[in-house]
Amino acid sequence: MTVTAGWYMTLAAVLFSIGALGILMRRNAVVMFMCIELMLNAVNLTFIAAGQELRDLTGQLAVFFVLVVAAAEVVVGLAIIVAVFRNRKTASVDEFNELKG
Amino acid sequence: MTELVLFFLFGALAIVGALAVVFAKNPVRSAMGLILTMLSLAVFYVVQSAYFVAAVQVIVYAGAVMTLFLFVIMLIGVDRSEDLKERIPWQRPLRYVLGLVVLGVVVAVIVGNDWSWVTGISNLTETPVGSAEAIGEGLFTKWVLPFEATSLLLIVAAVGAIALAYFPAKRKERE
Repeated sequence: MTVTAGWYMTLAAVLFSIGALGILMRRNAVVMFMCIELMLNAVNLTFIAAGQELRDLTGQLAVFFVLVVAAAEVVVGLAIIVAVFRNRKTASVDEFNELKG
Repeated sequence: MTELVLFFLFGALAIVGALAVVFAKNPVRSAMGLILTMLSLAVFYVVQSAYFVAAVQVIVYAGAVMTLFLFVIMLIGVDRSEDLKERIPWQRPLRYVLGLVVLGVVVAVIVGNDWSWVTGISNLTETPVGSAEAIGEGLFTKWVLPFEATSLLLIVAAVGAIALAYFPAKRKERE
């Protein structure tokens, strides 16, 4: 029994689903952000597994770009959360309702 | 055999970490769970001979990004009394249904294709080793334009973060 790419894909699917569930059920903006990171990590695992299966280095390069974009996203997203927290004194997304129409 | 043991050991750890992210009441515990998941994924990268990506995963993700997360958690305070009550009651059971649907569809696609999700023909015969040299060569030859685009993105993100942190303070000074 050897570990094939499909196994890693299945594990990534499980991690991605847990992350999606977290987005749906948590109300803390920081924890929701961490769930997004979890989903991005799951996608990275599929990139690596697919790259090894196809014997192509491009999968690993794609992970690199995902990583950089995730880092940029975290910087801006956390800055927004802190900026909103300064005004509203809460990190609960249910309270962020000023923009509703 | 080694790969099999590592897969089940660190696969279980990754799932435990992911569940901790979602279900832990304390956001610090969520962050620790996420670090556990990221380190487990780094082990998988090493197993699949993506050495440079594994190192970057540990340094950038588990190191820098999670430190940033912990800083923000400390900054805004650990809010234990998170309101898990739904404003719209019928959404509560729906979230589990939706989570299971996502999982079911993805696993069905993988299993339905006889565990070989990856389609296409490989053009090399040996598995590529993701050394720093190989990654750098790909990054600075074929993928140099996306690389420059991401560098631009990083500058924009840095300037945006500084602007978000700086301008509210300036407004307060004027008042």
